[in-house]
Parts: sequence; structure tokens; C-alpha cells
Amino acid sequence: MGVESALGEGYLTTRVDSLVNWARANAAWPMPMGLACCAIEMMAFAGPKYDAARFGSEVMRFSPRQSDVMIVAGWCTYKMSHAIRRIWDQMPDPKWCIAMGACASTGGMHRCYGVVQGVDNFLPVDTYISGCPPRPDAVLHALMKIQDKIKTEHSVMLDT
Amino acid sequence: MALELNESLQNTIDGLSETFTDKLIEVYQSTGDTFIRIESDALVDVCNYLKDEHHFVFLTDIAGTDRYTSDERFEVIYNLVCLKHQTRLMLKVRCEEEAPELMTVSTVWQAANWMEREVYDMFGVRFKEHPDLRRIFLPEDFDYFPLRKEFPLLGIQGSIELPNTTPDTD
Repeated sequence: MGVESALGEGYLTTRVDSLVNWARANAAWPMPMGLACCAIEMMAFAGPKYDAARFGSEVMRFSPRQSDVMIVAGWCTYKMSHAIRRIWDQMPDPKWCIAMGACASTGGMHRCYGVVQGVDNFLPVDTYISGCPPRPDAVLHALMKIQDKIKTEHSVMLDT
Repeated sequence: MALELNESLQNTIDGLSETFTDKLIEVYQSTGDTFIRIESDALVDVCNYLKDEHHFVFLTDIAGTDRYTSDERFEVIYNLVCLKHQTRLMLKVRCEEEAPELMTVSTVWQAANWMEREVYDMFGVRFKEHPDLRRIFLPEDFDYFPLRKEFPLLGIQGSIELPNTTPDTD
């Protein structure tokens, strides 16, 4: 049962931007960057109960070349930060980033010499999720925020 | 305080004080564990003795301590387990602040290799004749020993580099 049965012989009008953003927003494939316990909640977020597939984000791509949203889940050491940044640089534009949990957002309880105090020190983070670890619903919420952000972007047409 | 030792530990302590009379500094018990402290120059001999004669075949862990005292500042604690008698013994040695150095026990227990690297990484205690004494956790060009008391909690600004945030253009 496709959309054509509802439309009949009719047609739709839209803007190119809206169409592109609609497509992008509903196919934001995550790049799971599971560094610690948050990764377990991230798996629940992708699993059948919370079902990220409702938002088109069920395809966890372990290849940065095929993903749009990087979910940094867990505390990030200075040593790991170089690997993360390298993976981030390999992701094709446009791309978005979620800092999941207290540790990825601020360093959290790991207030020490070895842990980067927030991944926004080296990544352009779009959404921060509070919690230690956050519930999968919070990750869905962050994803919806990313979708909202994508939908307001000028992706094809320039704002003149 | 009188020691409450079971038979096998009593045997071990008796054997130690007999064989290493002038190397054994103290024996005490705390929080259910038995601790012995020895002179650092007898470390390998004592370890070999404990392993060969008293079946302490399992080295569970090596820990370091910064006592922050003017003499014998660093202490290294060897957590030994005898699987045969199900007993645990903590072996302690101390070393000086200036160029702290001990003999490696990786010749006695292979497991000591990485544990000693960890103690070196965190406290800067060097282990003589260690097969591969490099840092194990921190970057190799890191200049400090982070678990020493004088090291600030949040580290030293800029001592570990963050990645470049402008991607390569070529």
C-alpha cells in the first residue's frame, strides 16, 4: 500500500529543501562510538523495544563512510580522542554528533588527568544528553532534536 | 598485637623469619590480610622462596603507594595468593624518592611484567632488568607520573595533546 492510493490522481508541491531535509532527517544513520557503559543503552536504543527504526536510524554503520550521526557513548580519554577525531573526519558531510551521557558531555565523574572533559573539546557536538547512563528514550529524544535541526537547515537552496 | 594466623601462613612466616632473619622488617595484620615488609635488596630472593617453598604461585596484583614522606617515599605492594592453601599474603617493599628502583619479579612470575609497567607508569618506580619497561596506559611521550601526590588532579594543561580540529586540506 503506497502513498499513491491516498493521493489518487493528484500531485504534491514542496520545496527542494524540504524534500531533501525530509529524506535526510529520516535516514540519519548512526556511527556508534561505544566507549563505555553508555554503549549498552545505545544498543537498547537500536533494539526492538525502543526501536530507532521508527526514526530511520536503525542502521548502525560501523563504517564512518556510510554514517551521518556519530553517537559518542562513554568517557573519552586523551589517547582515544585522536581515534575518534580521525573517524569523525572520515564521515562525509553533512554530519551530526551526539554526546551521550555525562562523561561524553563534560567528563562526568572522571574529573582527572586522563579523560577529556567533554568531547566538545575536539568535536562539534549538536546534542548533549544528560544522565549516567541516559535511558534509551533520552537517546531517541536527542535523535529527534537532531531531526529538528536537519529539518531547519538550508541544504540545497541558498537563503537569499 | 598478636597475630591470628592459620597453619599454612604461620609456616610461611616462620620459614621467612628463619631464612631471611635480617631482611624481614615487620609482620602485621590489617583488615583481614597479612602483611610483611622486607628490605628491598632481598625482594627477588624472598619472592623465589615464597613461590618455591610455600606455593605462592599466583601474583594477583602489584600496587604502588606514594607515602609522601621524606625518606622511603614509595612503597610497592605485591598481592600474593597460595592456591594450594587458599591463603593471601601482602608483600611490601619501600624505595627512595630519588630515582626509585627495585628489582623486577617478572623472572619469578611472568604476570609481573605488565603490573610493573603499570606501577612505573603511575609512580615512576623503575624495575631493574625488566624485559620491556615502557608506559602501559599513558602516551609514551608523557612527562609526568600522575599518581604521585604532587601531580594535580586535572593534569597539566597541554601535557597530552588533543587532536587537531581543522581537518587536513590535502
